[in-house]
Amino acid sequence: MNLQIAILLGQDGITNGAIYALLALSIILVFTVTRILLIPLGEFVTFGALTMYAFQSGHETSIVWLLAAMIALDAALDLKQLFSNGMDARKAQWIGIKLGYAALMVTLMHTLSLQEIPMLAQALLTLMLLVPLGPVMYRVFFQPIASAQPLVLLIVSIALHVTMVGIGLLMFGPEGGRTAPFSDTALRLGSVMLKSQTLWVILVSVVLIVSLFLAFERTLYGKALRATAVNRMGARLMGISPDFAGKATFALAAFIGVASGILIAPITTLYYDSGFIISLKGFVGAIIGGLISYPLAAIGAVAVGLIEAFSMFWASNYKEIIVFTLIIPFLLWRSINSNHVEDEE
Amino acid sequence: MNATATQSTAHHQGSGERLLNISDLHVSYGMVEAVTGVDLQVREGQIVTVIGPNGAGKTTLLSAIIGMLKSKGEVHFDGHFYKVPDVENLVGKGLGLVPEKRELFTSMSIEDNLLLGAFQRFRRGDRGYETTLAEVYSLFPRLWERRKQMSGTLSGGERQMLAIGRALMGKPRLLMLDEPSLGLAPLITREIFRIFADLRRQGVSILLVEQNARAALKVADYAYVLEGGKVAMQGKAADLANDPRVIEAYLGLASKHQELLSS
Amino acid sequence: MKSRHVLTGFVVLLALAPLVLPTFQVTLLNYIGLYALVVLGLVLLTGVGGMTSFGQAAFVGLGSYTSAYLTATQQLPAWLEWAAGSPWLSLLIGILLTATVALLLGALTLRLSGHYLPLGTIAWGISLYYLFGTVKTLGGHSGISGLPPIELFGLELDKGEKMFYLIWAILLLAMLVTQNLLNSREGRAIRALKGGQLMAESMGVNTFRSKMVVFLISALFAAISGWLYAHNQRFVNPTPFGLSMGIDYLFMALIGGVANVWGALLGAGILTMAKQWLQDLLPWLLGDAGKYEHIVFGLLIILIMHRTPGGLWPMLMKLAPAKLRQRKQLLPEAGAVGTPDLPRRDLPEKGELILQAKDVTRQFGGLVANKEMNLEVHAGEILALIGPNGAGKSTMFNQLSAVDTPTSGEVLFRGQSLKGKSSREVATLGMSRTFQHVKLLPTMTVLENVAIGAHLRGNKGVISSALHLERLEETSLLQEAKRQLERVGLGDYLYEEAGSLALGQQRILEIARALCADPCLLLLDEPAAGLRHKEKQALADLLSKLRSEGMAILLVEHDMDFVMGLVDRIVVMEFGEKIAEGLPEEIQTNPAVLEAYLGGAD
Repeated sequence: MNLQIAILLGQDGITNGAIYALLALSIILVFTVTRILLIPLGEFVTFGALTMYAFQSGHETSIVWLLAAMIALDAALDLKQLFSNGMDARKAQWIGIKLGYAALMVTLMHTLSLQEIPMLAQALLTLMLLVPLGPVMYRVFFQPIASAQPLVLLIVSIALHVTMVGIGLLMFGPEGGRTAPFSDTALRLGSVMLKSQTLWVILVSVVLIVSLFLAFERTLYGKALRATAVNRMGARLMGISPDFAGKATFALAAFIGVASGILIAPITTLYYDSGFIISLKGFVGAIIGGLISYPLAAIGAVAVGLIEAFSMFWASNYKEIIVFTLIIPFLLWRSINSNHVEDEE
Repeated sequence: MNATATQSTAHHQGSGERLLNISDLHVSYGMVEAVTGVDLQVREGQIVTVIGPNGAGKTTLLSAIIGMLKSKGEVHFDGHFYKVPDVENLVGKGLGLVPEKRELFTSMSIEDNLLLGAFQRFRRGDRGYETTLAEVYSLFPRLWERRKQMSGTLSGGERQMLAIGRALMGKPRLLMLDEPSLGLAPLITREIFRIFADLRRQGVSILLVEQNARAALKVADYAYVLEGGKVAMQGKAADLANDPRVIEAYLGLASKHQELLSS
Repeated sequence: MKSRHVLTGFVVLLALAPLVLPTFQVTLLNYIGLYALVVLGLVLLTGVGGMTSFGQAAFVGLGSYTSAYLTATQQLPAWLEWAAGSPWLSLLIGILLTATVALLLGALTLRLSGHYLPLGTIAWGISLYYLFGTVKTLGGHSGISGLPPIELFGLELDKGEKMFYLIWAILLLAMLVTQNLLNSREGRAIRALKGGQLMAESMGVNTFRSKMVVFLISALFAAISGWLYAHNQRFVNPTPFGLSMGIDYLFMALIGGVANVWGALLGAGILTMAKQWLQDLLPWLLGDAGKYEHIVFGLLIILIMHRTPGGLWPMLMKLAPAKLRQRKQLLPEAGAVGTPDLPRRDLPEKGELILQAKDVTRQFGGLVANKEMNLEVHAGEILALIGPNGAGKSTMFNQLSAVDTPTSGEVLFRGQSLKGKSSREVATLGMSRTFQHVKLLPTMTVLENVAIGAHLRGNKGVISSALHLERLEETSLLQEAKRQLERVGLGDYLYEEAGSLALGQQRILEIARALCADPCLLLLDEPAAGLRHKEKQALADLLSKLRSEGMAILLVEHDMDFVMGLVDRIVVMEFGEKIAEGLPEEIQTNPAVLEAYLGGAD
């Protein structure tokens, strides 16, 4: 291996690592606030990438109807609750807004010539279509069982992943897709070529991570989510509802997932079922961070990306094995450090 | 304990609008009923205390009123009837609870803890909470000195001050406190009870659950004795403090050594 | 005995099935049997033990590939030639290999709580799957073909109809063994894993070992299923051992009812049939083959989890007639003639120093919960530790019972320092305790709950439990539990579910459980809370009697009347410190104590 190759591999590793880091952060966020391991996060990535691809390639996609159906279901559940707990004008208004949004998206999708609008608009539209699925998903599938055992939450999460893979096949078909890069220019640094998309990925990831950090440190809404993670009971007593916290974190996670999908769509060909393995690598990062520590998880995730890239070169057949056995030393380390018996209540 | 209930109708409680009105409240854990048919009122500007032995259902009662636990019965707060009391709503409407275990956000700073107390006001767009923050700091100067510290590093008394301060950030009309003197030195207990009297003067009503029956009866206007999930006695706090049955049962050791203590 | 008839009918029907059903249906039944065997392991691991694994499919693969490699490879390396050709030999080797891998993985992950285990199992499930597909000698993605059929008593099991009998015989045997294991001393320890680990440890159960046992058993069931699968198919490739199959196994367990042996069979059956139907039905309904299967399947599982998170078996049982529902009384008759009594520990001399705390200090962050606490308990004495709420009594109790370790100072039990000792080791030394917040297993019977206390007084292991060769010892254990229950006055409730007792009775149950360990020191955390007057009286009588037998007793209590009339000495705590110590009458007139209890706003 010469320097040229090493730099090339390093680029790939850091690009993927940055995506894994974003995913690891959302996994930890969702887990600490809601106790749910968000297995379907990977599907948000593939949905994001494939929706962009559908726009650009001019393929028909009915993804907007998924959004409309989910919002309708959500509204129906809200209405039912409204009837049993007494009317509330603000909540009724909110249901109207949601239905209006769905109608707007359906109209937009059928009037815009999706192939011709600028890439930024395509990306924006992709986010607008998919991100609301996050909170709606929480509302419909998790909110009714929010106090269930962790195992039940986990199973529902996996079943959702299975369902979403099926929906992905239905919406986007079995073919994969790769979108156009954000810009065509490449950066030359001495003898080394830096791909422009790599820079985009790193730039956007860093911006996202920094703004997440600021949101959680500086805004009261961010603090409210942290508070829920630290002490659920205390947070409820402050009027921070777990439903609100759940929907908010799912929205954030969906946003990060979809954005990641849009970012890597020009680099990797993604298929309807590629999401699982991507989110699992995010999980490896999250485990390295002990499912608690954000910075550790981010570093771990970047390491996963790098190790993956280099093992691709040396032992491409064993790539996945190497990546997934990576967590064993961390499990071992945690195992040695936890010698007391815990009682789950 | 076989105390017969003192028959005392609500209008004995004195004047003021009924802020909180609970009737026929039942709470069960699985097959065991922990609160069975409790009626209770708090009027505006009153301090009402609930005393009773460990396991009488005092904590359960408070949790049910604010909607942390499922209950059957009627909860009226500030003129509204709640079929299903839910915490988020009630906190927004001005009900606050300082729980027995404080439930602080230990890995967050004291100031963040306090700010989160105003979450509902912030959400409604009520920016008055900055003034309230200054008020809380002047009430508890110790919290101001340590505002950047993690709340997990505080001592027991400071934690209680923070828990009360955090609840006050929501500008409650009725503040419910579960065992506020728990684990506190007498000096601090005294200070905290003085603050309750101050709060009442500012128009905050208080529902106080206490094991320190004597201190509670001294500061309260009206008192309930809860026993086995039922109201066993009720009456003006001053009357109950002198009721021989209360002295015997809840002032415990005091009964035999009244003289020793007063001397 | 009606449920026995149902069972017999079921077995007869099974035996007739291959004779009357078409081959395709028999194949389906074979699959159901193979899956159910894996799911049975998951029921034990997840449903009973509370540990979630996505890696069972990988264990199935390990069993499959071991046998395929050994029996169908043309030229084995020289060092393995001795093992070639025989499916039975390769089964043995597969079991050994799986056990080794499971022990290793278990050692890595079973100490971890929460979600590490499921995530860890996902990781090695994937690794093993890719390994099967990558290693050249294992045939890569096309796999290994040409496996020989299993031979049994000279009979070649070369057809699905013949394999059927072997598969189902093994499955039913495994179910029997599992059922046996759960109804034994080891089984009680395993059943305590879910929600009762702290309690079990303090009764001397090695919870890590119990976890390892169920993990191992579930891995072996999976490996055996894999072996059967390989020789039923006569070829293997990596596909059925991937993560998605690992997930399906877990789905089966949860759909059927993860806490029940029969749930395994139900879940495997329903999922296999449902998949079959969906594959046939959906294209017919909606056109477009294959696209809707996952969606409908996923949504179905979500629906079941929302409606009946405990799975379908408990729901089915509710519908079944009451006679079938009655839990089979698998416990041997306690108190049968000729059952030997359990050996007892030699109690120390009256007056001997049993427990001693020396300058015990415990800090949590800025909070000093215990400060330089000293106290002593002697044999044949009851010491009460009292103080207002929040005085640090519970923390002190935790230091004394080795649940927590003092920041400084030490606790001595019969002269030995408890520093670095686990609560399990302390139990072995003869200390037994109850809990302030009652810790029992609500769905187990009162008798079984109490028998956990006698865990250290039996020594029969997993294998004799699974084969029910330990019935004599088991009877002795249960008899002891029964005796202690009668002693504390709960003799009428032996076979009730512990969760259905009133709170006061549950506290008494804990005392019986503690007594079952034959201790020389009893630590009781608020034993009288929630008791009625008469029950308190009975409890006081019991404690007095134990004292006269030479037992040392330390109790934390709020009820002054109870304490004053019963105990020999009292230690009073406030703000983490000892403020007084002495005889009850001294304490009653001690000004510092009165101040502590009544002070405050004066």
